[in-house]
Amino acid sequence: MTPDLSVSAVAQPKRSRVRRSKIASYLVLTLGAIVVLFPLYMAIVSSLLTPVQIGQQPPLFYPPSPQWKNYGDAFVGGHLNTYLWNSVLQTLEIVVGSVLTSLFAAFAFATFQFPFKKIIWALILATLLIPFEVTIVTNYQTISSTHLLGSMWALTVPFMASAVGIFLLRQAFMAIPGEIREATILDGCGPMRYFWRVAVPLVRPQLAAFTVIAVLGAWNQYLWPLLLTSNDEAHRTLQIGLKTLNSGTFEGYGVVLAGAVIASIPMLILMVVFNRQLVRSLTGGAIK
Amino acid sequence: MTVRRQRRSETFLALGLVAPAVILLSVFLIYPFFKNFTLFLYHAPPYPGLPSKWAGLSQFFDTITSTSFLDGLKATVLYTVLVVPVGVFLGLVLAVAAHQKLKGMAIYRTIFATTAVSSVAVAAIVFGTFMNPVLGLLPWLGIDTNPTILQNPTWAMFAMAIIGLWQFIGLSFILFSAGLQSLPEEVLEAAKLDGASPAKAFFTVTIPLLSPTIFYVFTVGVIAAMFTFGQMDLLVGPGAASAVHVNTLAYQIYQYVVTQPNPGVAACISIALFILTAIVTLVNFRFLERRVNYDA
Repeated sequence: MTPDLSVSAVAQPKRSRVRRSKIASYLVLTLGAIVVLFPLYMAIVSSLLTPVQIGQQPPLFYPPSPQWKNYGDAFVGGHLNTYLWNSVLQTLEIVVGSVLTSLFAAFAFATFQFPFKKIIWALILATLLIPFEVTIVTNYQTISSTHLLGSMWALTVPFMASAVGIFLLRQAFMAIPGEIREATILDGCGPMRYFWRVAVPLVRPQLAAFTVIAVLGAWNQYLWPLLLTSNDEAHRTLQIGLKTLNSGTFEGYGVVLAGAVIASIPMLILMVVFNRQLVRSLTGGAIK
Repeated sequence: MTVRRQRRSETFLALGLVAPAVILLSVFLIYPFFKNFTLFLYHAPPYPGLPSKWAGLSQFFDTITSTSFLDGLKATVLYTVLVVPVGVFLGLVLAVAAHQKLKGMAIYRTIFATTAVSSVAVAAIVFGTFMNPVLGLLPWLGIDTNPTILQNPTWAMFAMAIIGLWQFIGLSFILFSAGLQSLPEEVLEAAKLDGASPAKAFFTVTIPLLSPTIFYVFTVGVIAAMFTFGQMDLLVGPGAASAVHVNTLAYQIYQYVVTQPNPGVAACISIALFILTAIVTLVNFRFLERRVNYDA
């Protein structure tokens, strides 16, 4: 800001007002940050305490002798090593599946004319209105009647298509200027070659945004893995593993909290690294 | 290749590309959604394998007038009322405070976003552990934990709501931040030049311009809240949930699929819950439409 002496009489109270509002902002934000972070901080601290220290009064706000053993116990005794691997596999399958089917469908809708195009599009949009929770009665029967039950596919196949993904990527494909496609046709480039070589690289930002939200959604899933893996330890995901860890009282709360920390680290890293993509995908097209 | 043949091969290609997504969405969303409307007409057989008995609409009306359903409805509505308005308000306040070119804003943004990426299981474990009287935190703060919060019919729902609120603040903050960034800078500047105080500018300019975002965050929050059951399952469980009034409708659907399988009743609750969310969305839309300023 350049100081303008001629209006200093007017500017003075205004500047102090600006300063006051700055201080107020920092106060609000810091208070909010403390409230938001305190539970996480206490979880991390307590994950490094012995059972006796956790019950101590006044509570400990730092670990005097970090019990890294809790993490080992969560991994081995609590089987989080298996569950972590299952979650990685589950997330990978869902993300690869839903990204591919969305890319294909979105590309077809943006590029070609085909019969029943409008009806099929309406059908896809309509699925946005159906919450997964109201479909579990039949989905559970469907999956139980196939040989998918008892494999990782039972956890992932129902989520390998996404109306949100199709919607976001279709808009991205439609934004590609028509001349680019015409030029590739003149060069004798077939539609699938155009798709992989030209179109997909051009929609990379939207693809990244959708991938991030697909990872987040898959990793944090609770209802469907709960239905399928409560009694199936071999395919249990990390989220459901936390539940079993929590209900097994022999482990101690330090171990349970160590499990919670382990389960949240991958998503925290994802958020820090891909913050922009995350925000873009969460806000979707809904906010101008 | 003739033009017509090329057209035809493109049509086949297009249908082939659309097919995987359409088949999956049909099998796992559209079909099971409509299947509810046949399932809810039949009583589940007393033993699996026996034929289902026709019930007609009576099963639906019996279900939605039963005490357990009405308790579930109360729990669902109470949870939504406790979480959404406060979450919308706090997200807005934090987003407005962070919407300034000040030092360190990126750090604050990251901090608030952490709650949006935390799973319900993580949030429930973190909060649930501290609500446990075995731990020293609550007694030290002078909060009576006998009976424990999670076993207390009055306070259990508040515990559930705090967990949901903590998770929702992050999303609310992210959505409002994006909304604020998309506001026309000139209008806000003009208000400042006109000598409007920050408070006045906020209520007469920012809020009206932001009304589509407020409406959106509110709707997203209500729909998410109405399907909540994760923390209830993790911290209370199907056995005790109704005793402490946290047996939400979404949780009841789960119970009728797994713990006491009854597809007919599960379908009835699914339909009722779907209708409720549809109504809420519609009412939200109608009610807010008139006040919402979409010209921004």
